[in-house]
Amino acid sequence: MAEIRVMREDLLPPKEPPRRHLISIGDLRREDVERLLGTARNFERSLERELKKLPTLRGKTVVNLFYESSTRTSSSFELAAKRLSADTMSIKSAGSSVDKGESLKDTALTLGAYDPDVIVIRHPQIGAPQLVARHTGAHIVNAGDGKHQHPTQALLDLYTISEELGRIEGLHVAIVGDVLHSRVARSNIQALTLMGARVTLVGPPPLIPRGVEAMGCEVSYEIDAIKAADVVYVLRMQQERMAEGANFVPSLREYTARWGVTPQRLRPGQKVMHPGPMNRGVEIDPVVADAADALIEQQVRSGLVVRMAVLYDLLTHGPAGVQAAALHEIGAA
Amino acid sequence: MLFGKNGRKDDLIVRGARVVDPGEGIDALLDVIVDQGVISRLESPDSSRLENAHRVVDGQGLVLAPAFVDPHVHLRTPGREDEETIASGTAAAAAGGYCAILAMPNTEPVVDSAVVLGSLAETAQAEAEVPVGFLAAITRNQGGAELTEMAELASAGAAAFTDDGQPVVAPGLMRRALQYSAVTGRRLSLHCEEPTLSRSGQMHEGGVSAELGFAGYPSVAESLMVERDLALAAYEGQPLHLLHLSARESVEALSRAQVARVAATGEVTPHHLCLTDEAVRSLDPNVKMNPPLRTEEDRQALIAGLRDGTIGAVATDHAPHARHEKEVPFEAAPFGVTGLETAFSALYTHLVEPGLLKLETLLERMSAGPARVYGLDAPSVAVGAPANLVLLDLKASRRVAESDFRSRSANSWLLGETVKGQVRLTVAAGRVAFES
Repeated sequence: MAEIRVMREDLLPPKEPPRRHLISIGDLRREDVERLLGTARNFERSLERELKKLPTLRGKTVVNLFYESSTRTSSSFELAAKRLSADTMSIKSAGSSVDKGESLKDTALTLGAYDPDVIVIRHPQIGAPQLVARHTGAHIVNAGDGKHQHPTQALLDLYTISEELGRIEGLHVAIVGDVLHSRVARSNIQALTLMGARVTLVGPPPLIPRGVEAMGCEVSYEIDAIKAADVVYVLRMQQERMAEGANFVPSLREYTARWGVTPQRLRPGQKVMHPGPMNRGVEIDPVVADAADALIEQQVRSGLVVRMAVLYDLLTHGPAGVQAAALHEIGAA
Repeated sequence: MLFGKNGRKDDLIVRGARVVDPGEGIDALLDVIVDQGVISRLESPDSSRLENAHRVVDGQGLVLAPAFVDPHVHLRTPGREDEETIASGTAAAAAGGYCAILAMPNTEPVVDSAVVLGSLAETAQAEAEVPVGFLAAITRNQGGAELTEMAELASAGAAAFTDDGQPVVAPGLMRRALQYSAVTGRRLSLHCEEPTLSRSGQMHEGGVSAELGFAGYPSVAESLMVERDLALAAYEGQPLHLLHLSARESVEALSRAQVARVAATGEVTPHHLCLTDEAVRSLDPNVKMNPPLRTEEDRQALIAGLRDGTIGAVATDHAPHARHEKEVPFEAAPFGVTGLETAFSALYTHLVEPGLLKLETLLERMSAGPARVYGLDAPSVAVGAPANLVLLDLKASRRVAESDFRSRSANSWLLGETVKGQVRLTVAAGRVAFES
C-alpha cells in the first residue's frame, strides 16, 4: 500500500543551481569540454556574419581584473564580452588601489559591491581566483593564477587542435620547454589527457617538475622526442620567473642549442603551437614560428570564440539537458 | 624554568573517572583528591569521604590523565600581541588540556638577551593561565652569525636554545653552539631546513606540487640538515632535539642516531600526523606550514616513530597569524597554524579512533614525553605530585568553530571539521585553569 509523503523539501522553492566558476581544467569533465568547444564552434559561425554582435548577454557585467601584464588574454576576454553585448570593465593593478596596498580581499569586496556577473582574474599568486570567489557573488574565470592554471588557454588550444586536425583523441602532443614555471603546460596536460591525447614533456631536467608523471604524461630530456609528435607545443622561456642564480639552465644560449625548436628538429607536417608571447630565437626558431604549419595565429583567433563560449556557458548554465553543476563549485569558507 | 602565577591552589575531588597514567601504570576507576593543589589521595570510587571544602567534579564516563605539555608554542609576544599574548596563549593552552608550554624565541625583538627573557618571565608570573617556559635564541637576532650569551640566558631561566623558524645554516657555528651548550646544561632544539634546497618552497615537492604549480620544498631539505646536525651532535657528544619532523628520511636518521647512542630526541605536530600534501589541493592558507605537509608514506613513518618512541613528543607548533595575513592567496600567506586548542581532539579523532595509535601512547607522548625532552618534571597522577590533570570526554564531539577559540588567532586547519574528544577540565600546577 503506497503511502503519500510530502517531505519538507518538496514544499520549498527549487534551489538555485550552484554558482559555477572556471578555475582549473581539473574541475571539468570531458562532456563539459565538448560542450564548450561546440558552443565556440557556433560562435565562430556567427562571427562570419556581417553584424558580429550578439545580444545574448545584454545587461550582464563582466569585470576583467588583471594583476599581471597581458595583451592577448585581457583583450580577447574584453572583446568576447563585448561581442556578447555584456558591459565590461577592465581593472589593471597599476594605477588602481592595488598600488596603494589594498588587499585582494578588499578589492574583491569593492568590485563585488557592483554585483558583476563574471569576474575574470589574472593574478601572480596561486589561489587568488578562489579567494575572489569566496568574497564576491560573481562567477569567476581564472585567466591565469601564478604557475597553477590557465584554463581558457588550454581550451583554446584544444579548439585550435580539433579545428586543424579534426580530432584530439589519439593525437600525440609534445610540450617543450619550461614546464616548471608554466601554468599553460599544467592546464594543457590536464586538458589533453582528459580528451584522450598522449602528452610527452620535453625539456631540461631542472625545468620538468618532479613527480609530474602522476598527471598522466611522459617525460623526455631529449629534444629528438618531439619528432614522434603530431603537435609540438612550445612554451615560452619564462625568464622573468628565473630567480638570479637559480641555475635552472646554465645559459639561454645552451638552452637554445639543446632544446630550441628549429626546422631541423621537426618533421614535415608537424603542427607547431605557442601560447605567446614568443622569444624568437630562444625557444622557437623564427623560421618555425612563421611557417605554414605554425598555428600560433589560429590560437589567438580561437581565444575569442572560446572565451565567448566560457562566458556564455557560465551565465546561461549551459544548454538545456546538460547537467548544470559542471564547472567548479566553491563552498563558502 | 617555568613561570606562572603564584598563589591560589585548589581543593578538588574528581570522582569516578577512568584514571589513565601510563607512567604510573594506572588504568582504573578512581577518585582523585587534590588538597591545596597537591594530589593527596587516590581511592576507589565512593569509598572516599566527601570533604566540605572540596569542589566535587563528576568524572563518570570520563578519562582523567596527566595534563599535557606542549614543547613548541609561538606566543608572538613581544611584538605581535595582536596575534597572541601570554594571557591568551596560555588560556588556549589550558583549554587544550595543557599544564605547561614552552614558547619559542622568534619574536620581535628576538629573545636573545636576559633582559628580554626577564621581562617575559615577569609578564608570565602576572598573567599566565598555565606555567610557561621560554626558549632563547642560539644566535643573536636569530641571524645565524654570532652566538647569544647562552650561559647568562640559562641562568636567567631559558628552558633551552633554538633559532626555530630559521635553521643554523653554517656547520661551523652549529658545532660551536653544541660545544657551548655543555656549559649551559640546556639542549639545543633545531629547525632543520637546508635553505638553498627549500628556497621559495610553498609545499612538499612531489606529484601534488607538480600539478598545482607550487615551488617545491623537498623532504631532503629537512633530512639533509637532520643528518648534519646528528653527525655534529655525535661528534661533540652533546644532546639535541629535532623540532617538527615531517619526512620519513628524518625519522630514519633519528632512529639510526638513537641506536648509535646519540642523545637525540624528536617531536612531531598534530598536522603532520593527520594530513598529507593532498590537503593543499584546497589551496586553503590554513594548511600552509613549515615544514610542509608531506606524503602518506611520510605520515605513516611519523606515526610509526611516535608509536615506537623514536619520536618522544607531540608538539603543536602553535603559530597564530592575524586573520588578514591568512586571508590572501596561498602563495602570499605566512607559514603556520594554531594547535593548542585542537591537538588532543585532532589526534584522538585521526589516530586513536581509527586504531593507528593507542590512547595510552598518545597521552604519554603529549605529557611525560615532551617533559622528559626538556628535563621538566613529568605530570603524573601520583600521591604527593602537584596536580597537573586533564579530564577528557572521549565520546563528546564538536564542530571546530572560529568563535570557540581562546587564542587571539583562528588559523586552524580544523575549522569546520567535527572532532571527538573534548577537554572538560584542566588543572595546572594545582590550580583549575579551565573547565567546560
